[in-house]
Amino acid sequence: MTTEERIPTRLGDGTLLTLTRSEMRADIEAGVEAAAKRSHVPPLTPDETDHLLDICASRARFSSVDLGSEVVLSIDGTGGQLVAGRQGDLLTFEQYLGADIVELYHMDYSFKAVKTVLPFERQSLKNAQQALTVPLQYGAMPDLGRYSRPDGPVANWSELLPLGRIAEARAAQEEAAEMAARDIAFVAEGVWEAGADGIDLDTCGAAGDADLLAALSAARAIRDRCPGMGVEMGMASEMVLGMHGELEWQGVRLAGLWPHQQVKLAAAAGATVFGPAVNVDSTKSLPWNLARTLTLCKPCCEESQIPVHMNVGMGVGGVPMAVRAPVDAVSRAARACVDILNVDGL
Amino acid sequence: MGAGDPLGMSATHANAAGMGGMRAAGDLVARMQMTQGMRLPAAKQYVADRLGLSPSDLSDAPTMHEVRGELGLGRICYGGAALYPDQPSAMEAKFRIAEVLDVPVNCVERFRANAGV
Repeated sequence: MTTEERIPTRLGDGTLLTLTRSEMRADIEAGVEAAAKRSHVPPLTPDETDHLLDICASRARFSSVDLGSEVVLSIDGTGGQLVAGRQGDLLTFEQYLGADIVELYHMDYSFKAVKTVLPFERQSLKNAQQALTVPLQYGAMPDLGRYSRPDGPVANWSELLPLGRIAEARAAQEEAAEMAARDIAFVAEGVWEAGADGIDLDTCGAAGDADLLAALSAARAIRDRCPGMGVEMGMASEMVLGMHGELEWQGVRLAGLWPHQQVKLAAAAGATVFGPAVNVDSTKSLPWNLARTLTLCKPCCEESQIPVHMNVGMGVGGVPMAVRAPVDAVSRAARACVDILNVDGL
Repeated sequence: MGAGDPLGMSATHANAAGMGGMRAAGDLVARMQMTQGMRLPAAKQYVADRLGLSPSDLSDAPTMHEVRGELGLGRICYGGAALYPDQPSAMEAKFRIAEVLDVPVNCVERFRANAGV
């Protein structure tokens, strides 16, 4: 039986557990291996795994980056819209929570839904810009599933695929992607004309490769129509699912892309900020999840030509999937991303 | 950043790794990232050069409180002695920010056009 000290850490679902330093090192090595094996990226270096171990094995309640190493925070979906109202939320995050970028959003958080209330959103954004000093972007999701029946006009590919009706399922996704791209660009142009600093396409690829195609097509259209507009593309997961399987952007097949490949397409499409996302395994430890996240995203951060704002919200980027985010784990995730990935923001 | 409860997520990230928004110069660096696509070192250096500071000053709230006051870039107002009714704030401050950073700010351009100034 080991006499090694047991150190508190977290499971991916946020619950407390204790591990020894040796167990944490083993989890980190396993997380690195899981990422490198799946995505064919290099493992973290020994220095990087040692530093991650030091971050995880501290007994401190809180962890932080070095003075002078701070990064930009783009806070998508700013506020809960329940206590202060939308403009109050934006001001609260600006004045009291140190937000570098705030985001106006509709509770539905879907461009398809927003399109129907765009005049109200535009006016709300204009009013907010009169009161804010920090940059304000508008955010929503491509949310491709909304375009399929019964919620939308297109055949439901999730029903067609199990029936083996592959060609019809693919055609439906292609039609939906065109509709989504048009809606996103329409909303973006509308809020740009009302004074937005940027647009946030959040959870790109959530419905697979056609979802990402819609976002890339929209980003291209936004860049053409609104040249000065910030365009943040945040991903839904580490690998693009091939729900269609044959879709391409500028000759690159979208299905199966990893963060370092995704970021190049985002930049080529006109995005000015890219947000990689790595989903947490809620049955694994914080050290395992952080190691896997960092390994998957390191080539992305090294190779990117545009700022990388790592997604470190609930259930992504090593942050536990817990409604009440434990600050010990959240702060460790933030520090690890800054120290080891050299991210441009979170 | 991503979703989560404000204290556990947003405040935690801000204290662990954030530039501090307009407590310091995070909003200014963010503007260079958003609209110019600058990566962090380049964005920090650009803003620092425009303000005559070092990049590390940009995250330092006491330093930036003074600089923002001198240049009219907007300050946090939380009551007591920290109220600045005679200084630029919000849209007024964004006019100054656009000028100091030498970058167009969309809502400033539109305000200028709509107000005929």
